[in-house]
Amino acid sequence: MKEVKYQDIVNTVAKLCIDANCLIGDDIVNAFKSGLKIEESPTGKDILNQLIENVEISKNEMIPACQDTGVAVVFLEVGSGVKVTGGELFDAINAGVAKGYKEGYLRKSIVSDPLRRKNTGDNTPAFIHTEIVAGDNLKITIAPKGGGSENMSEVKMLTPAAGWEGIKKFVIDRVMRSKANPCPPIIVGVGIGGNFEKVAYLAKKALLRDIGSVHPDPFYAEKEKELVEEINKTGIGPQGFGGRVTALAAFIESYPCHIASMPAAVNINCHAARHKTAVL
Amino acid sequence: MKKITTPLTDAAVQDLKAGDSVLITGIIYTGRDSAHKRLIEALNAKQPLPVDLKGQIIYYVGPAPAKPGYPIGPAGPTTSERMDPYTPALLAYGMKGMIGKGNRTPDVIDALKKYTGVYFAAVGGAAALIAKRIKKCETIAYDDLGPEAIMKLTVEDFPVVVVNDCYGNDLYEEGMKKYRKS
Repeated sequence: MKEVKYQDIVNTVAKLCIDANCLIGDDIVNAFKSGLKIEESPTGKDILNQLIENVEISKNEMIPACQDTGVAVVFLEVGSGVKVTGGELFDAINAGVAKGYKEGYLRKSIVSDPLRRKNTGDNTPAFIHTEIVAGDNLKITIAPKGGGSENMSEVKMLTPAAGWEGIKKFVIDRVMRSKANPCPPIIVGVGIGGNFEKVAYLAKKALLRDIGSVHPDPFYAEKEKELVEEINKTGIGPQGFGGRVTALAAFIESYPCHIASMPAAVNINCHAARHKTAVL
Repeated sequence: MKKITTPLTDAAVQDLKAGDSVLITGIIYTGRDSAHKRLIEALNAKQPLPVDLKGQIIYYVGPAPAKPGYPIGPAGPTTSERMDPYTPALLAYGMKGMIGKGNRTPDVIDALKKYTGVYFAAVGGAAALIAKRIKKCETIAYDDLGPEAIMKLTVEDFPVVVVNDCYGNDLYEEGMKKYRKS
């Protein structure tokens, strides 16, 4: 049994929230730079340059790259040999989110009820996904997610006959209808399989991958490549002003499913794809 | 690159075409979902607006909190379509421009033609960069709405692109068509 202290979790989560929002990954900046080489639209190139400069300012001054510092989506991998001392695990996560959003001057974007819409004031509750794994580590990933891109996401209960072509059509159609709203260039998370609630989770989890990473299964690696090529033919371009670079990446997560089903989900991320991980 | 100063006249709006890159200097006002709802309620009740929007530009934004020493926190545009139901009435009242991101409804595009208005997009997500062009920020109405309050922003060379001009052109449609590969 390894003991992990409540306060250590609070402090780690607070730092992850701030770092995720202010220190955009090099994989994103490198993708902007690669985009500059293929972008044909002068306005599109100008946008990519502005986004590179924006990330620089954000890093140097430790201010968020985007004002929508999002819902704090938390992925936990809890080793079966981990014992949290001094308080409850989820309380520690929420206390860490509240601390990080206050001390990092991050925007508080959560309302306590979907219809009555009163701001909770500290960006809690976090949206927590937990997996129990072997070992005695506590792995915490924070992936702040903005509203503009989240609103462009969708689940569809396809049937097996739709096949890959059906999934591809669903993904491209979702991107086409989203146009400029999710702040392209985007990253497209695709869930395939599982069931209704599982597939949405898969699409979100897919967004945790770094740009440039290749799917371990060559079958899906090929499909991901195909999706990016198709999306970049749409002409939507950076910010939807027209151009070549609409998606920086497409990532697929798949899971076994029922013989009658083939659920699919698209979770779109803006170019500020934020995620930071720590292991305690 | 065109440069404009607020408030806007009809002539200034007529000079702007979809696709133009523009730098705005002067005063602009923030406003998003809840503030729009209240503005329209005031107009419907024939009450005075807390700020005279004639000739003015509204920026759809909910900034992050300002760090000490900064006039404002990161302040990029939010999605405009949520303000579409309120927009034609504000254009009829005399508002001249809006800054946001994403498509507008045909009703808004028609109202831009009818009342000589313009819709600009700022770069979504470039919030740290955009905030550098905002020199001063004061909350002037609905401060109970927090980041959704109406703020008066003093901006210098604030970078935007014209999406919908007063002639019915739409950069999103035309740009996508131009670069589309079948």
